[in-house]
Amino acid sequence: MTDAAWETLSNQAVAACGVVYFLALLAHLVEWSSLRHVPADAAVAAESGRSGGGVAVATGGPAEEDAVDADRARRTELFGRLGLLLTGIAVAVHAVGLLGRGMAADPNRVPWGNMYEFTLSGTFVVALLYLVLHRRLGLAWMAPIVVGFVLALLMVAVLWLYDPVAPLTEALDSYWLVIHVVSAIIATGAFTLGGICSAIYLVKERWPGPTTGPLARIPAPVVLDRISYRIHSFGFPVWTFAVLITGPIWAHQAWSSYWNWDPKEVWAFITWVVYAAYLHARSTAGWKGRNAAILALVGLATLWFNFIGINYFSSTSQHSYASAPVVGQSVAGSVRAGGA
Amino acid sequence: MSKPVLNDQRPEGHVDTQERDEARRGGRRSGELNFRELLRWTWRQLTSMRTALVLLLMLALAAIPGSLIPQQGVDSLKTSQWQEAHPKLTPVYEKLSLFSVYDSPWFSAIYILLMVSLVGCIVPRTFVYWRAMRARPPAAPRNLTRMPDHASYRTDADVEEVLDGARALLGKRRYRVETRADAVSAERGYLREAGNLLFHLSVLVVLVGFAIGGLFGYKGGVILVVGNGFSNNLTQYDDFVPGSLFKASDMEPFSFDVKDFSVDWLTSGPRAGMARAFDAQLAYRTSPEAPEQQYDLKVNHPLTVGNTEVFLIGHGYAPEITVRDGKGNKVYSGPTIFLPTDQSFSSFGVVKAPDAEPTQLGLEGEFYPTVAFSKQTGSYFSAFGNTLDPLVSMLVYTGDLGMDTGTSQSVYALDKSRTTMLTKKDGAPYRIDLRPGQTTKLPNGLGSVKFDGVKRWTKIQISQTPGKHIALAGVVLALIGLLGSLFIRPRRVWVRARREGGVTLVEVAALDRSSGGDVHTVLAEIVAALPGAPTKDAGEDKS
Repeated sequence: MTDAAWETLSNQAVAACGVVYFLALLAHLVEWSSLRHVPADAAVAAESGRSGGGVAVATGGPAEEDAVDADRARRTELFGRLGLLLTGIAVAVHAVGLLGRGMAADPNRVPWGNMYEFTLSGTFVVALLYLVLHRRLGLAWMAPIVVGFVLALLMVAVLWLYDPVAPLTEALDSYWLVIHVVSAIIATGAFTLGGICSAIYLVKERWPGPTTGPLARIPAPVVLDRISYRIHSFGFPVWTFAVLITGPIWAHQAWSSYWNWDPKEVWAFITWVVYAAYLHARSTAGWKGRNAAILALVGLATLWFNFIGINYFSSTSQHSYASAPVVGQSVAGSVRAGGA
Repeated sequence: MSKPVLNDQRPEGHVDTQERDEARRGGRRSGELNFRELLRWTWRQLTSMRTALVLLLMLALAAIPGSLIPQQGVDSLKTSQWQEAHPKLTPVYEKLSLFSVYDSPWFSAIYILLMVSLVGCIVPRTFVYWRAMRARPPAAPRNLTRMPDHASYRTDADVEEVLDGARALLGKRRYRVETRADAVSAERGYLREAGNLLFHLSVLVVLVGFAIGGLFGYKGGVILVVGNGFSNNLTQYDDFVPGSLFKASDMEPFSFDVKDFSVDWLTSGPRAGMARAFDAQLAYRTSPEAPEQQYDLKVNHPLTVGNTEVFLIGHGYAPEITVRDGKGNKVYSGPTIFLPTDQSFSSFGVVKAPDAEPTQLGLEGEFYPTVAFSKQTGSYFSAFGNTLDPLVSMLVYTGDLGMDTGTSQSVYALDKSRTTMLTKKDGAPYRIDLRPGQTTKLPNGLGSVKFDGVKRWTKIQISQTPGKHIALAGVVLALIGLLGSLFIRPRRVWVRARREGGVTLVEVAALDRSSGGDVHTVLAEIVAALPGAPTKDAGEDKS
């Protein structure tokens, strides 16, 4: 296949996976809307087997409605499975889109060269992690949120961030790109997923009440807190690896200094510190629960600001991929300042 | 100790613990503390987890200004430009050290406090851990069914059989097992705290490595026209930033020549105009006596000589210009470094000929590797970074270039305060536009300027970063410790068996001492594997 054909394939795959994600979202919405009538315990019971722990207390449905409820419950489950299946297909197509992106470049490379590709990869990781952890952490309740989120970000990527396939700038052309960026993307995906849990935790903690409808289906705050912690505690070491090990090694190779206080580095460090605070907060009296969840969201905000804000607003960052070969950029500054 | 006032009725013996509790909570009024107590109180406050948390958040917050305000140590040119643009804010910002946030007293204060807090937290915990590591698993609580995660079942099996089974099972699961009377106590996950301690100690190691690099290292840059050489001593650098404890004797005695420099220019595709595959061919010697070696210096591929590393970080053009004065003497000749001002390598530079007669001559202008003319702006610009159609376009200044005053002057700027710009009869600036090989004669018998050709220059960065391996080792250890502290689950399990009405009642309880584990699945697994356990759902009895 030619490079142009790969690029076309990638674009079509991204469009197609968008459509499939949308269908998955619809399926999950149908699932959720039919939940409005189902007493929560039916749904919750399915949940508690996996995620365990304190589950929201639910009222039992009156006996005469059992038959109707069973029918509804079956329908709910059917659409839930359909949504999951569609999400799986969408993730596969998403992977094809990423592959095509990498194959379209000359020479072939990993598809992490600019913001479009980073967003594409990041959303892929979010969706994939969701699927992988779906059974283990009992994440069925977050289906529409994750799928909707991924879909929205994909739209943003295609509409605003799209860049044609291009060769890498010189400084990016290193095998550290593979190691550094993939770990950053995986950590970003994990933090995003964990952040969604923390956000819902805050909602659920504020309004623990309803026993029917979507909110009742969400596990109790204790469970949410634990799921969120487990996802974060996966993301944090990966982020440490990306930001404090591979990043400095690569920076040392490319820019002669392993830590430059470049705005991107500063914000990556800030993110690291905030998540470190989150992990500490979870075991500190007075900070557990609510404050920890808020910290997780602050961490997520700094992470996204680093990705979006620094790329667009900072002119000094050597990580602004939108422009300019890195070589040549820093010359004027250091020379003029130093030349006597 | 001062007299307790909060609760006068309490028994004497309770005073100490009560005070300690209050001190821990910070609930006491400071007026009641004597000096030693105050110290102790301060120490407890500083080393408390809550303080560490607040300090962490302050560190994050304090790092922000450095990413928004240009930093002296990161980009000094941008900093001085910003300072010129904000004359009112600059003195205020300077007082607050906002141009060097990461060296500032307040930033240092935060991380030093954090480190003190960390040490104060780690040292006592290490002792506690030392004792805990050798401790036997604690005895089973009297009533196991009061534990949050427990299960029980009845079986015909013997008490001994059940307890033996429990011992074997838990031992196989790498629990530390202890039998006391009718119960088996088991504990595992001792390494979690070890990982935790390792992580925090490693943070200190990283900081030490970082500090060594900052104190003993240096970083310098030099611009070399292709064909020129460099030997590693202070006088040869264009800019040089040493650490405060750096000694010039630490510099390695290597030298190198830039033999050639090549670049690929992309001429098609979305990144057309971008340069790639920078390659500076060096011939270097590690010391004056050593044999000459070759190295292709590329981006991402530094040359390492001993502890020093040589990086290729920039390139540009150096037009070769020859200036003759009114008497026909050659007063300036050679490649002149022009600094790129945009991505198409429009470059800016100056030529100074202070020895020219009858008057000193200064040239200032631009170099365009591929010149093009814009009707919109009425001026030249560079259409492409490669030298397809090079042109220099310069203005001429006559008079005193200010080079005899003794103060140092940038070679990239002209002091025009005591010069006059050469103009045409109509008053428009007299501009000389030259292509390679062309000569122009200056009016009024001032002399002539010739553009001989174009050479390339490379910007080489040279740095010595001692302690970088310490820092790296520190981070790697920190990561290992982190993994241990996050993923090793410390658990306690108790199994008690006793005869009750002709059958054996088995009670099992499990406790996860970390946050985040789901201990009930572990409990179910253990119960299911115990002798005489109910075969169907093991968690049948658990609440």
